[in-house]
Amino acid sequence: MARPAKTLEIRTSPHILSGYNVDTIMFNVVLALIPTTLFAIYAFGLAALLTLGTALGSCLLTEYLICRWSGKASPLGDWSVTITGLLYGLTLPPGLPLWMTFVGGVIAVGVGKALFGGLGQNPFNPALVGRAILQAAFPVSMTNWVQGFTPGRFVSLPSSTLTWPFTEPIYDVVTGATPLAAWKFDGQLSEAGDLAMGFVSGSTGETSALLIVLGGIYLIARNMMNWRIPVGILGTVVAFSGILYLVSPDRYASPWFMLFSGGLMLGAIFMATDMVGSPMTSMGCYIYGALIGVLVVVIRVWGGMPEGVMYAILLGNALSTHIDNLIRPKVYGTVKAEKGA
Amino acid sequence: MRLLGLKTFRHGVHPPESKDETSGLAIRQFPFAPVLIVPLVQHMGKPSISDVREGQEVVRGQRIARPDGFMSVSMHSPASGVVRRITLVPSISGRMVPGVFIEPHPGSTQEIAEGSPCPLESATPDEIIAAIQDAGVVGLGGAAFPTHVKLKIPADKYVDTLIINGAECEPYLTTDHRVMLEQREDLFTGIRYLRKVTGAERVIVGVEANKPDAAEHLRQRLPDDLMVSVEVLRVKYPQGAEKMLITALLGREVPSGGLPLDVHALCVNVATTAEIGRLLPHGRGIQERVITITGPAVKHKGNYRIPIGTPLRFLLESVGIDENVSRVFLGGPMMGAAASSLDISITKGTSGVVAFTETESERTYRKIYPCIRCGYCVDACPIFLDPSQLGLLADNAEYQRMAEEQNLMDCFECGSCSFVCPSHIPLVHRFRVAKTAVRKAGAA
Repeated sequence: MARPAKTLEIRTSPHILSGYNVDTIMFNVVLALIPTTLFAIYAFGLAALLTLGTALGSCLLTEYLICRWSGKASPLGDWSVTITGLLYGLTLPPGLPLWMTFVGGVIAVGVGKALFGGLGQNPFNPALVGRAILQAAFPVSMTNWVQGFTPGRFVSLPSSTLTWPFTEPIYDVVTGATPLAAWKFDGQLSEAGDLAMGFVSGSTGETSALLIVLGGIYLIARNMMNWRIPVGILGTVVAFSGILYLVSPDRYASPWFMLFSGGLMLGAIFMATDMVGSPMTSMGCYIYGALIGVLVVVIRVWGGMPEGVMYAILLGNALSTHIDNLIRPKVYGTVKAEKGA
Repeated sequence: MRLLGLKTFRHGVHPPESKDETSGLAIRQFPFAPVLIVPLVQHMGKPSISDVREGQEVVRGQRIARPDGFMSVSMHSPASGVVRRITLVPSISGRMVPGVFIEPHPGSTQEIAEGSPCPLESATPDEIIAAIQDAGVVGLGGAAFPTHVKLKIPADKYVDTLIINGAECEPYLTTDHRVMLEQREDLFTGIRYLRKVTGAERVIVGVEANKPDAAEHLRQRLPDDLMVSVEVLRVKYPQGAEKMLITALLGREVPSGGLPLDVHALCVNVATTAEIGRLLPHGRGIQERVITITGPAVKHKGNYRIPIGTPLRFLLESVGIDENVSRVFLGGPMMGAAASSLDISITKGTSGVVAFTETESERTYRKIYPCIRCGYCVDACPIFLDPSQLGLLADNAEYQRMAEEQNLMDCFECGSCSFVCPSHIPLVHRFRVAKTAVRKAGAA
């Protein structure tokens, strides 16, 4: 007769957990980003490799130092900073001077995340905060796009990449306009096939819509991403730009062009779905997605810039808790009108 | 609400069922412990009043305690033997409660004493209610609420549907499953008594889809003269919660703070119903119940008919327990209470005993992360609360706000939010603390 000799634990129910944890979710997001990252390096060569490396390094370093100084345990193990670093790098133009990349990374984590209170407290997607600051500070460098798939991309760098800090970057003669800029400023449309596959100019990681969608499907299948958000955003962009296109096909780009160009896929699938900055209720996610979708089209069509995904998502982030509060679902057994607060 | 042809409710979670090891095992009689300890508080309500004195000889099934008012039930001796002591005994809640020590006679045939039968045909509803109270019947699903109390329907209310709860949504537990398979006639007799008391037009037995054999078994012999149907429900936790069951079957929402009666429904667990059908024709009382003893730390898992008052220590020694046992809880893993001591005994509300080894326990010892607003808990909560927000408020001890703005008191502690939380925040635990604080403040 074996008698339990040791002490029994007394814990309150539930006595089982689903097995999901923050680490695994974040790690899987990193996994889902790998194809996109590899394609970025393949398309833009050494420049993308250095940009992504610097972005990742600056984010990790900042998080590490801040945690050391504030005496908190280093949360590098939870992969969330890795996501921030990767996403941040993927949104940058591949020829961006590396010192700017570094500064933006420090801001992304330092301002975008740590100042708000760290993991779970940052209302704005830190990667986009970093990028937004760079966009405001270095508008020229942030809109200078190198050509992808150049023959020497694995051995040489664009001349701007290694610019000394605080000096004027020198740009190569041959740069590529992004499809959105070409459409907006020159009225040229890119081939839909090229857009989907990623054989166009753009930020390091935004060019291959297909691989981004693949990563998204993986996360949705593992229930680690709320599918309502990308569906809401992409659906709204197609619907809204579709209506415009039907009204005047000469003035407006087709919905497919809108869908596959610029940072929309990367933004809709990997940025807007950041759990911290997005609503928690299902209905809230649709509203949030629709709001971002409308803003993207409005900025692209009527705004001064060719691309608006970043600002649309940041605005969506700002409103997400308010969306949740506005459409709080009716608690079981209560009457909707009675609900205070 | 229907999904893929099966009725269900919105939200909820899918914990691993872990029922395969015991669902096929027939109910076996559990041996008598050398001493049975029968607490006089086994139900919600007032303690029963002891009818026996120390040294008295009792017969198995004999009443040993009488109800103290309406919110109380009788107790019966689980064995023929001698009352050794009447004193305070530990209970699952950690509180000491009055209890009776009974030492079974080793040589006794353990024949169950017959009482005065409650004939189904001639008894009035009030007589049946009295008989149910006298038989000591409480909700055997785990809540242990005196059954006769909820059967007493106020004059301004009526019941149109009687729901017999065979969902058994808690992982590991298979007692209701076995009772449906092995006590079909008792169950239908119980339904007849209950229908007579409530006046319900129709009766629905709700069974989760993971027990197709039970549903089929019941359907084969449905009484022709009663409007009884068996409805198969989608497997989802907490389908067996009264509110979720009513919503799934009838599409009605029990009002916040109200009772199923407010939507003309009444839910009784299958084991409770079968017990009424088994006891009342003989005028007997509950002196044993069916429980599932299972979990990775248990060697001889199974479904047992066990005398009330069997000490947990004797139970675990009898079924054999792994050396690495680290946690024993009564009830299922989602809502069951951890045993604080092995000196507590099996009561009427114990539906199962589950023992975990260190391996399973370690899975719940996880680092707590900050809330990342993933919304998993919001999607899990069957009553549409915002556990994430409630958790943050609980952190700041804003208990009154939780109750006033976030419907805290509607939480029935099913554990779904804690189960899915990837940050391992002990949400339900915090809500229990908060609810207690709110109740205390309200009482003061």
